[in-house]
Order: sequence, then structure tokens, then C-alpha cells
Amino acid sequence: MAYFEGVKMTAGYGEGPDIISSCSITANRGEIVAILGPNGAGKSTAMKAMLGLLKLKSGSVTLNGEDISKINPQDRVKKGISFVPQTRNVFAELTVRENLEIGGFLTEGSLENKIESIYSLFPILSEKKSQVVGQLSGGQRQQVALGRALMSDPSVLMLDEPTAGVSPIVMDELFEHIIKVKKTNVAVIMVEQNAKQALSISDRGYVLVTGQNKFEGSGIDLLEDPEVRRSFLGA
Amino acid sequence: MDFLNAIIVLFNFTVIPALAYGSQLALGAIFVTLIYAVLRFANFATGDMMSFGTMFAVILTYYFQSLGFGLGVLPTALLTIPFAILMMILYMLIIDKFVFSYYRIKKSPPVQFAMVSVGVMFVTQALIRIIIGPSDRRFLDGEKFIIKATEFKEMTGLAEGITLKSTQAITIIVTLIVVSIMFWFLNRTKTGTSMRAYSDNEDLALLSGIDPKRVVLITWVIAGILATIGGVLYGLDKSYRPFVYFNNMLPIFAAAIVGGIGNPFGAFLGGYVIAFAEIFVTYAYKRFISYLLPEHLEPDSLLQLLSTDYKFAVSFSILVIVLLIRPSGIFKGKVI
Amino acid sequence: MRNYKNVIAAYSIMIFLIILVGIFQSWSIALTILNYCLISAVMTIGANIQWGYAGLINFGIMGYTALGGLAVVLVSVEPVKKAWQVGGLNILACIWIIVAIIFVVKFILNRFDKSKLRNYSVASVILGGIILLRVTAAPGIEAIESVDPARTGFLGGMGLPVLFSWIVGALLAGSLAFVIGKIALGLRADYLAIATLLIAEIIVSIIKHEEWLARGVKNVIGLKRPAPYEIDLQTSEWFINLVTKFNSSKLNLINSISDKQEALNQMVIDASSVYVKLCFTGLFLTVVIILLIVTQKALYSPWGRKMRAIRDNEEAASAMGKNIVKEHLLIFILGSAIVGLAGAMMVTNDGLFTPGSYRPMRYTFVIWVMVIVGGTGNNFGAILGGFVVWFLWVEAAPIALFLINLFTSHLPETNAMRVHLIESAPYFRFLVIGIGLLLIMRYRPQGIIPEKIIKQ
Repeated sequence: MAYFEGVKMTAGYGEGPDIISSCSITANRGEIVAILGPNGAGKSTAMKAMLGLLKLKSGSVTLNGEDISKINPQDRVKKGISFVPQTRNVFAELTVRENLEIGGFLTEGSLENKIESIYSLFPILSEKKSQVVGQLSGGQRQQVALGRALMSDPSVLMLDEPTAGVSPIVMDELFEHIIKVKKTNVAVIMVEQNAKQALSISDRGYVLVTGQNKFEGSGIDLLEDPEVRRSFLGA
Repeated sequence: MDFLNAIIVLFNFTVIPALAYGSQLALGAIFVTLIYAVLRFANFATGDMMSFGTMFAVILTYYFQSLGFGLGVLPTALLTIPFAILMMILYMLIIDKFVFSYYRIKKSPPVQFAMVSVGVMFVTQALIRIIIGPSDRRFLDGEKFIIKATEFKEMTGLAEGITLKSTQAITIIVTLIVVSIMFWFLNRTKTGTSMRAYSDNEDLALLSGIDPKRVVLITWVIAGILATIGGVLYGLDKSYRPFVYFNNMLPIFAAAIVGGIGNPFGAFLGGYVIAFAEIFVTYAYKRFISYLLPEHLEPDSLLQLLSTDYKFAVSFSILVIVLLIRPSGIFKGKVI
Repeated sequence: MRNYKNVIAAYSIMIFLIILVGIFQSWSIALTILNYCLISAVMTIGANIQWGYAGLINFGIMGYTALGGLAVVLVSVEPVKKAWQVGGLNILACIWIIVAIIFVVKFILNRFDKSKLRNYSVASVILGGIILLRVTAAPGIEAIESVDPARTGFLGGMGLPVLFSWIVGALLAGSLAFVIGKIALGLRADYLAIATLLIAEIIVSIIKHEEWLARGVKNVIGLKRPAPYEIDLQTSEWFINLVTKFNSSKLNLINSISDKQEALNQMVIDASSVYVKLCFTGLFLTVVIILLIVTQKALYSPWGRKMRAIRDNEEAASAMGKNIVKEHLLIFILGSAIVGLAGAMMVTNDGLFTPGSYRPMRYTFVIWVMVIVGGTGNNFGAILGGFVVWFLWVEAAPIALFLINLFTSHLPETNAMRVHLIESAPYFRFLVIGIGLLLIMRYRPQGIIPEKIIKQ
């Protein structure tokens, strides 16, 4: 049994049709799992279902063996799941340091050590700590977003398209940071559009099509699978 | 000597009153801007909420006076402020629970919130008029002046004097204290930071574990403090009349928007911008100029840009100009 | 057809309530209420066009109402020749100066690129213009205001028939809306609400303080009427005969001739007031019906569909190539013109113009409550809202008084609580309106008659 599991999840928005049906995703601590697929495949929906942002019609979500399907997102955050949304994932009006402080909002006592460790993970944040995040570049903002999410000492980090809209150079840098995060014994789940690059750093990957698991396997296997290559990697 | 006299005339008739009036507006404007930033609506009940808090201070002042309590040279009303604040916060929380929270959970558009606040405005106005009536009330006691013009003239030998009413001094000092504490709270404490985070990005704040109910509660508490103190200071300086408080909502809105709505520091400065503009544009400069010019050049007219009847119109015009040129306000608030 | 049943039922109840007032209070009061209901209905049609058709919040209703009222003075009052002689020239010069300022500012704005220098020059032109205006106007205004200040002291109007002023009122309000719309329509909804409210305050404060224009807070009384005067009716033979005919059974019961004459006199006095009010009712009803037909036609025309499409989804509509700004401006002008018309009707009904009475509570917020309560986006609803809310606004105090007396009847007359409550009976109207608004918004947000019912 994996550390964090979404088992046979079926869900949709409100009364609308099911976006994902019987979709399963698992992740262990210390690995990166990529969720890939064409537009509208339900990648983000699957992730939001695991966070509890929408209600499951069937299936379950477990964390370390405990069923958390009925718990609301705030309480899942308290249990160690952290989420970085695709857009509006920082507090643009607050300084870098304040963003980190809010990230550790639920932590009792001093945040100094935690903040220092984030600074050593993302050195640029230490330089810009008193600056308002709204004034930072796109890549730097993404680092703030990651840093904020890591402040709550999560065991699971979920990233919704962390490299959307950044330049290729910044993308590589961000992926490097994500690998660093993984090495701190965190389970990283990310939804990605840049499939090739994502798979090359992932331990495992899932390809969703119309809300269902189509392929799954290790990053390298998927990269080399001819059918996956033909349909999703464009080569 | 004439130059000194001119400065003193200007100081006495414009700067001092504008500072006092500006402080009163500033407190109201921060109240408006906080509600806007955290709860996300334009609160049309602003003036009446300030009036509601002041009403308790007035009633309690009369009660304390009848008991013989007092602060000597200081107005008794200062003693009643904490009690009035408590009543005000209680009222705001009741209103929030029975009225606003429903629309917050439903995530209604700001327009609907604004209309609901109009309903609250009607109800609050009715309660005030039923409890204390619509008439004009003065509740200032204690020493009226700190410096009198005649004393100042004797002291300095100048032809012009400075009058400093104790209410003006109290207004400015209390405002500075309250506002400093508030900014310290917003910028330096964990709770304050969480409020700003909630105002900036509600969804992310929820994901970070910030409790929205607590943020809303604290917002109303601060709002109650600001509304009551602002209202009582205005009432001490001028007088307490419910209708006037309702009207004060308009320059307060102007101050909040001029300062950049959603930005408390902008609202603070906006209060003074509006107050100084109102007074500088409607002040008759005749006496000031006559000290500076040689006698044969003395002007005949009052040298008044606009008559004092247009005091409010001045602040509204400033608002319209700001909305036209820089809709996010002078000090950059939320983007419109 | 089933859908109209609600509408008919709601209106029947309203008419029944007004008839009850006629029976229990007096027919004259009932008609006064009815007339004001009709005026309110016109205002709500105006506000509803803006809010219901286009989603624009206009909290400036007060300003347009006042402007419509001003039109009555400017059109129907006889000109004060002497005032024109002593100060007319200055005022005319001022108008030219204002026109010149506008043209100069427009010229600067069009001719030069955005820059600090441009802003400063515009500011200095306006500042200089205001100083020039004051210098030019001051002697004229002083002269005008000193012409028989107790009765005139203003320029007077054009001496035209009063009904003509209704059109002028609409035109004045419409042109003001054009200017305000140009300035403020780009703003987000709640800013638009605040901006329009404040601009309306500026308009009212100008009308209040420029005494040469319409006597300001000194009021203009004895305005012309489109209906006969009571005193004339009381002396005309046909009217007395009419009253005699109507009340012949009652009069026949009285034996003594002098008593009979006295009773008849009283009846004639009462009847004359009712008759005059009925004349107004007829006029107002005509206006309401015409407006209702026109607005209903417009609502279901292709244009109306377009407007609702814009309201429901601005982005989609603009993507489809609809010019939202232009349509919004048009609807803002139309709605405001109707409110201006209502303002003129109201002053005509009252026979006096009292600028001091224009307050946002009564002329903006109450009207908005009417629109929300009645049902947005639906003219039948809006009119009903005008009726219901006005009825409550007027009758809340007597009803509150009745209830207070009922519930405190066990207390002695001099009980402080009872006395205090009885004194504050008039303020229960705010409570009723406020709670009514809150309840409607919570439990029936689409209003008494929702938009859907009418939309087949």
C-alpha cells in the first residue's frame, strides 16, 4: 500500500457529468509522480479530488493508511498535504518572508529554523525576503509558491502545472528545485503539460484520457513506450 | 511680523481644523477600506454604524454624568468609549451572523452585498432614531480649550491668535495612537499578516490553514473600534446628530477611494487629503493675503475659490477626478 | 396566461389596500398615496431599465429627480424681467465661459499626448476658468438675488405650460446622464454606485445653493398646474351640481336648509380636492401606461434581447461584437431621463420646488428598495415595487402607532417607555423598509414578481 492513494475516484463539478471516473493515483514519500494527458483529461480534477476541493461520488483517498475521503481540504492540509495551485499561488501583496510565515501559519512556536531551511533550498528567496512578491519574476514567484507550500512540513506536495508560462531555462531550474524537494522525503505529485521534461525527472507517471487511467509506469518506461510517444509526446 | 501673522491665520483657520476633520475621516475611511479588503463589499451602512457606536457613548456619557463620574478636564465620553465599542462590536457581529454571513458563504457578487448593506443602513438608522431620536446632541464636557486666541495673543504679542480646542487635540492624538496600534497589528503580528493574506488571496489563505471565521471576526472587531472612536471624536468636536453621520459616509467613501480602496494606509492619508482639500478650497484667503500685500493692494473680495456651501462637493469632485485619472487611487489599492 | 395570475393578484391586493385607506382614513389621503405610488412607479421603471436590463447601479436617482424638478421651475414660472435686466448678461456670459472651458480642455486632451504637462495645463485651465466664472458671476448673482428677495430673487423661468416641463425634465436628466455616463460607466459596479451617488450630491448642492437659479433652499411655491384649482372648482356651478347629484340621498336626509347648505359646502370642499387629485391620477396613469407599453415592447425587441445578453454575460456579448459601452451609455441616458420625468411629475403634483428636501435616503435608497422588492428586470414587478414600498413608507408610521398603542395599552399614559415609543413611531418606516429589503433579498432575491414569470 502506497503512502498517499486515490483509489477508483469518480467525481465531477456540482451536478455536472463526471470528469474523472474510477481513476487511481498513488504516490510514496521520496518519489515524484507526474500526471499527464491531453487537455480536458481530468488531470487537475484528479488532483483536486485528492485534496478534497471536490466531493467524490465513489472511491476513496487514503493517507498513510487512514481514510481521509470525508475530511475537508483545510483539515487535509493539517494532516500534511500541501497544494500549489496553477494560478494565484502566492500572496502577491505580501513580502516573500510573510508568504513563508503564512505557509507555516498552523505551526506553533518559532518559524525561524523552517524559514532558514527554505532559504537554503531556494537561495534567491533569502535575497528578496523583504520584497513584495508581486514585484518578482515568474520563476521567482513559483519558488515562493513552492516555499510557502513547504513551510507546513508536508509529507505530500501537489503541484498543478508548476512550469506553466515560464521560459525553458526557468523550467529546468524549477524542476531541479522539485527534485531537491523530493529528496527531503516528500511525495511530490504534479500535473504537467511539458510531458517529456516532466517524465524525465519523474519516478512514475500516469497518463489520463477522458478521466480514466490509460497508461502508467515508471518515467523512463513511459518515455520509451511507442504508443505513449506517438499519442502524447509528439514523436 | 506680518508674515508671521499670515502664517498663524492660515494655521488657525485651515491647518488645525483640517487635521482634526481629516483624522475623523481617516478613521472612517480605514473602516470602509478594511471591510472592503477582507469582506469585499462597499458598506453603505458605514455612516450609520459610526452613529450607532457613538449613540452608546452619548447615552453612557449622560449616565456617567448623572452618577458624577468624570475625567476632570477631559471629556467624560472618553471613559465611555470602551463600553460603546463593546456594544458596537456586538451589534456588528449580530448583523454579520444574521445578514452578511449568508451571502459570504454563497459567495454573492459585491453588488448584492452592497444592496444588503443598504438594508442594514435602513435598520440601523431606524434603531438609532427609535433609541435616541433624531435631534442634535452635545455631550462634550471638561475643559473646552487648550489654547485660547486671546491668551496666545498676549503671550506672543502678535495680532493673530491660535485657538486649539481640546477636542481637536484629543482627536488628533487619539487617532494617531489608534492608527499606529492598528498598523502595528496588521503588519507585525501573525494574526494581522493572516488578515492581509486573506484579503489578498482568499483561496490560498484557506489552503494555508487560516480560519476564515476568525479573520472575519477580527475584522469586525477592528471595524467596531475604528467606527466607534471615529464617531465619538467627530461628535465631541462638532455634535452628535444621526443625519449628519449618515451624510459623513460620503466624504469617508471619497477618502477611502482616493487613498486606494483596500489599502488601509492609503485610506488614512486619503482622509487628510479630502479634509485639506475641502478646507483649502473653501477658505476665504482675504485676511491671509492682506498681511502679505502692501496696504494699497489689499483685495476687496473674500478671495474664496468656492463658498463653504460646496464643501462636500469639493471632496466629491476630487473623487471623480481620481476615479478618472487613476482609478486605483493615489496610493494604489486593489485593482478595479 | 397562468403566469399572469400572480401579477394580477398582486396588483389587486395593492389596489384593495389603497381602497382600505380611502375607507378608513380618507379618499383624499388614498389618492395622494396613489399619485405618489404612480410617480414612484415611473422612477422605478427608470431605475429598473438601468439595473434590470443592463445591470448598471445608478445611486444618483436623487440628482435626476432634482433636475426634473428644476425643469418645472425653469419652464413654467414666469420670467423675472427685472432680474434678467440686472444680471442676465453676467449669467449668459458665464454660460459662454463654461462652454469655452470645455472646448479648451477638449482641445488640449485631443491635441497633446498624455503627459504631466497636459494634466497641469488642464488643471490650470479649469482653475483659471473657475476664478473667471466667479468674478463674472458675482455682481450678476448679487443683483439678481436682491430683486424682491422675499418673492423672487431669481431669474424665473420661461412661462410655458407646465406639462412641457416634463419633457424638458427628461431631456435635462438625459443630458446629465450622458456626461456622467461618459465619466463613470467604465467603473466596476460598486464604484459606479458610489460615484453616481456623490455626483448626485454635487448636483443637489448646486441647486440648493445657487439661489439665482431657482431660489435654492428658499423654495419656489405656487407652481402652475395641469389641473384645475380647488378654489375655482368650489365656485363653479357645474361642479356643485355634480356634487349635489352624487350625494343627493345623503343631502335629502337633512331637513334644515342652512344645515343642508353647510353640509353641501363641506362636501364640495372635499370633493374638489378629490377631483383635482383624480386629474393628476389620470395624467400620471397615462404616463405609466405609455412607459409600460414602450418598455415592454423594447424588452422583447431584438434590442432588449441584446441588452439582456450583455447583462448576463458581458464578455461573451462583447466577443460577439456588441458595443457594450455604447449600449450601456444609451440605457443609462434613457433610464435617467425617465427618472427626470418622474422628478418633474412630482414637483408638478406638489406645486412647489423644495431643493432642501432632496436627500439620498428618500430619493435614492428607497427607490432602489422598490426596484429590488418588486423584481428586477421586469417592469410589472418594478411598478408593483413602487406601489408596495411607497405604501409601506407612508403607512408604516400609522400602523406602528396603532401597534404600539395596542401592545402598551396596559401601561399608564405617562409611562416613559410608552411615550418614547409613541414619539418614535415615524421612524418605524425605516425599520419596516430595511427589514423588508433584507427579507426579500434573502428569501426571494428575484423580487415579488420575478423576471422569469413574464419571460415566456
